[in-house]
Amino acid sequence: MAEIGLIHHDDIVEDDGKRDFIFLLAGAAGAVGAASIVWPLVAQMGKAADTLALGSIEIDIGQIAEGEQLKVLWRGAPVFVRHRTAAEIAEAESVNLADLPDPATDADRLVPGPDGALKPEYLVQVGVCTHFGCVPVGEAGDYDGWYCPCHGSHYDTSGRIRKGPAPRNLDVPPYEYLSDTVIKVG
Amino acid sequence: MAGPSTYEPKGAVMRWMDTRLPIVRMGADFMTFPTPRNLNYWWTFGGILLLCLMIQIVTGVILGMHYVAHIDHAFDSVQRIRRDVPYGWLMQSAHAVGASMFFLAVYMHMFRALYYGSYKAPREVLWIIGCLIYLVMMATAFLGYTLPWGQMSFWGATVITGFFGAVPVVGEGLQQWLLGGYAVDNATLNRFYSLHYLLPFIIAALSGLHVWALHVTGSSNPIGVSSKVKTDTLPFHPYFTVKDMFAVTVFLIIFAFFLFYLPDALGHADNYIKADPLKTPPHIVPEWYFLPFYAILRAVPDKLAGILLMLGAIAVLFVLPWLDTSRVRSMRFRPIARWFFFFFVIFCFILGWCGAGVPDDYAIKIGDGGITFYRLGQISTLYYFAYFIVILPILGLIEDPVERPASITQAILDYGDKPEPEKVLVPAE
Repeated sequence: MAEIGLIHHDDIVEDDGKRDFIFLLAGAAGAVGAASIVWPLVAQMGKAADTLALGSIEIDIGQIAEGEQLKVLWRGAPVFVRHRTAAEIAEAESVNLADLPDPATDADRLVPGPDGALKPEYLVQVGVCTHFGCVPVGEAGDYDGWYCPCHGSHYDTSGRIRKGPAPRNLDVPPYEYLSDTVIKVG
Repeated sequence: MAGPSTYEPKGAVMRWMDTRLPIVRMGADFMTFPTPRNLNYWWTFGGILLLCLMIQIVTGVILGMHYVAHIDHAFDSVQRIRRDVPYGWLMQSAHAVGASMFFLAVYMHMFRALYYGSYKAPREVLWIIGCLIYLVMMATAFLGYTLPWGQMSFWGATVITGFFGAVPVVGEGLQQWLLGGYAVDNATLNRFYSLHYLLPFIIAALSGLHVWALHVTGSSNPIGVSSKVKTDTLPFHPYFTVKDMFAVTVFLIIFAFFLFYLPDALGHADNYIKADPLKTPPHIVPEWYFLPFYAILRAVPDKLAGILLMLGAIAVLFVLPWLDTSRVRSMRFRPIARWFFFFFVIFCFILGWCGAGVPDDYAIKIGDGGITFYRLGQISTLYYFAYFIVILPILGLIEDPVERPASITQAILDYGDKPEPEKVLVPAE
């Protein structure tokens, strides 16, 4: 009350124009501050430096006999290196691209060797079903390639999706030939 | 509904306390809370669920004293709990069986709400909080199932986190952020353990809100007619505390049967094989309580669509109060809707059956062909959604409900057990 020299909050007359600016400025500064605190809380869940460091491996593919497959753990997931038979290569190359849900030629899924030529006998791919990440079983399914037991995706002898719920072909990891028989994945 | 508090603090100490922290008053008001006198045993699952949550938290905290959240030790530490830790076999089984019992009770609780229209005005917020609790329960159960680090733990975690990978553009990054690596690994196990420890307390907090909302509107009841006169209700204690305790006893007998005689019956044998990132089990299935949603996930041959459909199956529950257009709560008075409801329950079971089956196997064999689990799952998924977004909205507008009693008291006077008329002794002449 006025007679005791104090003004009650309800009796304050606000200068709204000036207040709006102060509110906006304070709010914006607060939001930036809050975001800079929240970001480390969110980012800590990402891949740690030691996880990232385990990025690449070398595989000796010379030891794989024809018709066999090598399974190697790379970044916590299996990599399939299959030494394909002539029949499998022929089957992979003879497919009509229009029949494929995720069109790719067999050659698209290979990497040139040290001499610059493709080595169709070695197929390297990430052995993780593109549906929900199960490991497909080799030499199985309706297309003689891989079959994922989880939800019934069929892949052909080039690892291309042919039937079932998986959206993409099996991924081809980044890799290169170090020599005729050694590849570096990652 | 709640009405003014009738608590009178007795003595100077209680009066002193009541003016500082009226916690005794709160407890007293809970005990005298006016509760519809016609509640049947379907209304006892709230109390049972509170007990379930307490069992899970107590056994869980104890397991946490012995469990090691590391990929090299997790599997062995759970086996050590089962074999070497004093009473560890009891704690581990009670926690694992307890999860199943928790879901059993929550499904009963939800089917009750669906049949008796407990989600309708003015209980929409109460219902939505319940849906949130269910959602957090599902997350908690999934995270917990990963911890024993068996084959099903590992591959279940791989498949479920794969859902996030289906998100357009940011999917892969989001998935790897959740996993803390390129695949399910030690970082994943650690954070799952941390979150599995956290979420039950979120459930406890949400349950507090759930009960708060319940105490604002009061309980629904089997005839769905709101309490109107004083004789419609009885104090919560002793009438419903005793009724709840009887139901809890029956529930605990079932719990004990599984706990002591079939502790592994609700689990999966593959989870007794240590997780192997190079080998997927031939047939991955979730725990029984997720099977219907798993069937919905597989009902469409497209990854993203499957996930959206599965999320939709839960999301539709949140908007149910606005989908059901009928103003009659209880299906007792809805002659057509109740049949659709019974079919809904049956289809939920069929979905569970389809979720457990291999998609290309025949569920029903007719000669050489038949109906595959895949096809049956599609039909059931269709009914599941149709029930919520077609049948309930339309039926509410066209159905003629049966006439309802004027009040709970009237219903009991008209249809309940009547005391036999007193025999008038006529003196022998």
